Amino acid sequence: MTRDVPPPSQNIANTLRPLPRESGRREIQSVPGEALISLRDIHVGFEDREVLQGISFDVAHGETKVLLGETGTGKTLIMKLAAGLIQPDSGHVLVMGHDVSEMPERELLNFRRSIGFVFQEGALFDSMTVADNVSFRLREEAMDETEIDERVREALRFVEMEDALEKFPADLSGGMRRRVSIARALVDRPPVVLYDSPTAGLDPVTSQTIITLILRGRDLQDVTALLATHRVQDAFGLANFCFDKSSGRVRALVGNGSSGLARSLAEREEAAESGKERNEARPTNVLVLRDGKIYFEAPADELLRTKDEYLKKFLASAE
Amino acid sequence: MPESSATSSLTAVLGDVLKRQVAAVQDYTLLTVQALRCMFSPPYYFLDTLEQMDIIGVGSLPIIIVAGLSIGGVLVLQTAAQFQRFGETALTGDAVSLALVRELGPAVTALLVSGRNASGMASELGSMVVTEQVDAMRALGTDPIRKLMMPRVIATVLMVPLLTVVFDFVGLCGGFLVAYTTLRLGAVQFWTRAINSLDIGDVVQGLTKPVAFGLIIATVGCYCGLRVRGGTQGVGRATTTAVVISSVCALVVDFFLSRLLLYLFQ
Repeated sequence: MTRDVPPPSQNIANTLRPLPRESGRREIQSVPGEALISLRDIHVGFEDREVLQGISFDVAHGETKVLLGETGTGKTLIMKLAAGLIQPDSGHVLVMGHDVSEMPERELLNFRRSIGFVFQEGALFDSMTVADNVSFRLREEAMDETEIDERVREALRFVEMEDALEKFPADLSGGMRRRVSIARALVDRPPVVLYDSPTAGLDPVTSQTIITLILRGRDLQDVTALLATHRVQDAFGLANFCFDKSSGRVRALVGNGSSGLARSLAEREEAAESGKERNEARPTNVLVLRDGKIYFEAPADELLRTKDEYLKKFLASAE
Repeated sequence: MPESSATSSLTAVLGDVLKRQVAAVQDYTLLTVQALRCMFSPPYYFLDTLEQMDIIGVGSLPIIIVAGLSIGGVLVLQTAAQFQRFGETALTGDAVSLALVRELGPAVTALLVSGRNASGMASELGSMVVTEQVDAMRALGTDPIRKLMMPRVIATVLMVPLLTVVFDFVGLCGGFLVAYTTLRLGAVQFWTRAINSLDIGDVVQGLTKPVAFGLIIATVGCYCGLRVRGGTQGVGRATTTAVVISSVCALVVDFFLSRLLLYLFQ
């Protein structure tokens, strides 16, 4: 029996408002259906080992691509490549039409202001308060202090952490740090957010809360996301649920009598067979990495129909 | 044959070590040039610089004062006996003043600031690297060299000369206290000789060296911190390396600067 993303118990209608773009950062034009992130024949090696061997995939506008893989398969590497934090040995990384693999660091710094990045352990600045962490990017853009305060509260309200404004990261639990990290990534309303193992090392309940936040970011803010994880539940959580703006609640895409809260693999397979489970507007696709290559790439529900022994191991971990 | 292969492998190992050292020097030079270039274009981080000036300058004052008093006093103790033999105890002020302003002030201040602040910079920045905070800063569109390194370099370059002046003055006070109590030298005699013995070349020497030392301490400390590899163990290594390298470099540069400044002012 697996437990997926639970709908939050209360109405959560609070969303982040669009940010006025007078900060001088690069204006990004994106067309629905067009690839916002595109990796083409990426090779990355360290010393005598080639970690990524010709990786190519696209993430379309509005899509959530879930990178599944064991530890050491290069998930974090792909996230950092997409943000231009590291450069590939060969190949090209296109983000919103710009080749970040060939951009100089000076241009990349400006470009990265259009991308949100949630690091595996949160990577909050430990000498700054939660408010200063979340407002970091806004202050760098020299935004008005009143506007900063408003936006920071809004972002922290979004992740239900408004009461932690003056706390330091050391005072927060692992889950709280991830939530603040999500607020920091979303405060500037970037069109693309990269989540690097946001649920790693968290208990199942906290993991579900984090996935709910990602889901809300996707459905309320139209975020295109690349998410690295080793938990197949995260992929199903994003694929099987959506945030209903009118009711302000998370709901299952296919009602099954139990609100989709706890569904067995058999139930999921049945729903997948019926073809009704996909969120066509904001599809969730899974990409499994193995030995430096793409092993499987398809919509999340197709993973359930697989007969492959290796993929079944991932599904078994969700039982 | 085995001897030949052992020799070739030894050569290869030495070659690798040498290559790594040359690459490190190149990397350090590039990072320093990059940090210095940042000073000529916005954004500037004035508040961060002020904060670092407080940490480096005000924070180092207690150790500078204690060390200055002790070294000034010791100088008089060591030289007084020699001067007494020739009945020239009045020269004590000259000796202490010249030794402190020309050499001991800048060198000892540099060593103290290096021990306290190069290690602090390396460990702080190193911890930020291993916890991905530096990557997070880059991901948020901020240049870590501009935000983290430049304020530390500016603050150290400004603070080390000021700390040296404090060290020199406190050292002279310590020297005077010992001279007064052991040699019965009067305040007017000691201070007049101490001040009159200095010429413009000594003052320039005493204030030029700390600028160079400040630059070395900050850039080596930041370099060691920003290039940390290997988790918390790496942070420990970087901290030690920062202190050792910055202290040794400061002393080596001290020799060449002394040679140059003596040539220019004599």
